[in-house]
Amino acid sequence: MAKIVFKHPQSLKENIYHYCPGCGHSIVHRLVAEVIDEMGIRGITIGVPPAGCAVLAYNYFDVDMIEAPHGRGPAMASAIKRCLPDRVVFSYQGDGDLAAIGIAESLHAANRGENITVIFINNAVYGMTGGQMAPTTLLSQRTTTSPAGRKKELDGHPVKVSEIFSQLGGTTYIERCSVSSPAGVNKTKKAIRKAFQCQIDGLGFSMVEILSLCPTNWKMSSIDSCKWIDDVLSKEYPPGIYKDNIAEAKKTAEAAP
Amino acid sequence: MNKVLMSGNNVIAEAGIRAGCRFYAGYPITPQNELTEYMAEHMRNAEGGVFIQSESEVAAINMIAGSSATGVRVMTSSSSPGISLKQEGISSMAACELPGIIVNIMRGGPGLGNIRPAQGDYFQATRGGGHGDYRTIVIAPATCQELADLTMDAFDLADKYRTPVMILADGMMGQMMEPVIFKKPKPRQYPEKFMLRGAGTGKSKFIRGLLLDPIDSEEHNWKLARKYEVITKNEILHEEHRVDDADLVIVAYGTAARIAKGAIKRLRDHGMKVGLFRPITLWPFPELKLRALSAKIKNYLVFEMSTGQMLEDVRLALQGYANIEFHGRPGGAVPTPAELANVVAKIYDKKD
Ligand SMILES: Cc1ncc(C[n+]2csc(CCOP(=O)(O)OP(=O)(O)O)c2C)c(N)n1
Ligand code: SF4
Ligand SMILES: [Mg+2]
Repeated sequence: MAKIVFKHPQSLKENIYHYCPGCGHSIVHRLVAEVIDEMGIRGITIGVPPAGCAVLAYNYFDVDMIEAPHGRGPAMASAIKRCLPDRVVFSYQGDGDLAAIGIAESLHAANRGENITVIFINNAVYGMTGGQMAPTTLLSQRTTTSPAGRKKELDGHPVKVSEIFSQLGGTTYIERCSVSSPAGVNKTKKAIRKAFQCQIDGLGFSMVEILSLCPTNWKMSSIDSCKWIDDVLSKEYPPGIYKDNIAEAKKTAEAAP
Repeated sequence: MNKVLMSGNNVIAEAGIRAGCRFYAGYPITPQNELTEYMAEHMRNAEGGVFIQSESEVAAINMIAGSSATGVRVMTSSSSPGISLKQEGISSMAACELPGIIVNIMRGGPGLGNIRPAQGDYFQATRGGGHGDYRTIVIAPATCQELADLTMDAFDLADKYRTPVMILADGMMGQMMEPVIFKKPKPRQYPEKFMLRGAGTGKSKFIRGLLLDPIDSEEHNWKLARKYEVITKNEILHEEHRVDDADLVIVAYGTAARIAKGAIKRLRDHGMKVGLFRPITLWPFPELKLRALSAKIKNYLVFEMSTGQMLEDVRLALQGYANIEFHGRPGGAVPTPAELANVVAKIYDKKD
């Protein structure tokens, strides 16, 4: 008998992505949808897409979704989760969305230990608006608003979100992954699943930061983009687990009356 | 139900909770802190109640938007500078048709201004305030009893039209204490189909304001406009006080209207026939009611704790068919009824 080894995730609509060829958003959407399918949580999941290239994520995810103004996803997601504690709530954000305009909402949702999951797409640029400098843009990286390369004296330093957020008392699970290779993609999916499980178990704030391709604004082929992530971007933003208090949080939860 | 003595800020909060508000988010700012504090204290005792002290007013408005989407009755409150920060979120709630109550306890401005009572946010409140082609229902109570009644009604209006409603008061109203009776709230009627609570086994939904196709977007704008037209037709509130025999009518709202009533008493004691026209909804403005009044009364004094904002709506309503004078005390200055009476007396003598 034939065994299905590859199929369209149920939690992903059949619409054709508007993303550029080779874009990391497409990969991550699929991973999130696969995890939702595998965990059987489509009916109880509520997603909050950002302003950014993923603004139309509700055209792809077949779960309930509500658009957030630029950067405000975690504020909305916090409120949704507080009102519906038994739903699975995730905010999907780019690096401009999370680390610039929405750093306050993101950091404070994390610090409050909101029991939500943040899917954080770090592509080192503002994709949607045409490749401007993001807080995560590397030093000397050229963008449309850092035409001579990002200068620390003028533009500040790349913001390391996972490192910073892992210092916050409210965060439970933070991992940085990359979708630049099949191994990275597999790891990313595992991390997303772990993050959702953390939330389902009521253990607090989880975030998966994903180094993600933007071939269009990097002005590279997809292959070169993968290479650039592996050789350059991941040196500034090393993948790995930055915080995993899941076991500890479980113990505390079990000890509670 | 017994009368209780409460400050305006507390009245709004209590009325909200009684009306079924179960989510409040806010950021401290004077002169509305008592409202936030009351919510912190009492929301936790209300079944299903959630209180969040947000990191900013920007976060607060987006929190109530998220909560509103799940089908919960929501409120946020602030004072002038904080309301400026909420505007993107208010625009977004209007676009996404999310009900919610925004309380503005106005203070002196512009900028940080001061923490004294003022009415400088009339334009911001009644013209939408944020970007895009939308309106916000704006209710301006003038007594603690009205704060109680109209706050409850505001929730019903917000639900009925699926739109944000603003309670516009000022530091004086927020801080003053008066006896109030809380009425019994109406049972809520808000269809489940508008709530985002997870798709279950059914079709997934999404709520958005982004409409990339200009034709879709235009249609959405017209749809909202039609809704605002219905609101304008059905939801206007105003009060006429001693206008029957009046030769001159003061037009004022909120605290200014209270001061005007004091002035009118004094003026009447001196034989001057002065009345008050008090808009209670500032948007929609009681334009036709005021115009109707101008059929028999030709002299008006607009009195505001600003340099003259509602004045423009009065001019539009009266369309040059009556004389309009203005008296304003902006920036947190609050005139006494005696001061206003003197101003009115001078105009009264000159009128034709
Ligand atoms: C208040 C506000 N400011 C600016 C914008 C314009 N804007 C939309 S998306 C975006 C940047 C998105 O970059 P990022 O968050 O990195 O997401 P990406 O597109 O790279 O995935 C900006 C500046 C907006 N929508 N709202
Ligand atoms: S601009 Fe970049 S992030 Fe946006 S869709 Fe294209 S590749 Fe993806
Ligand atoms: Mg980006």
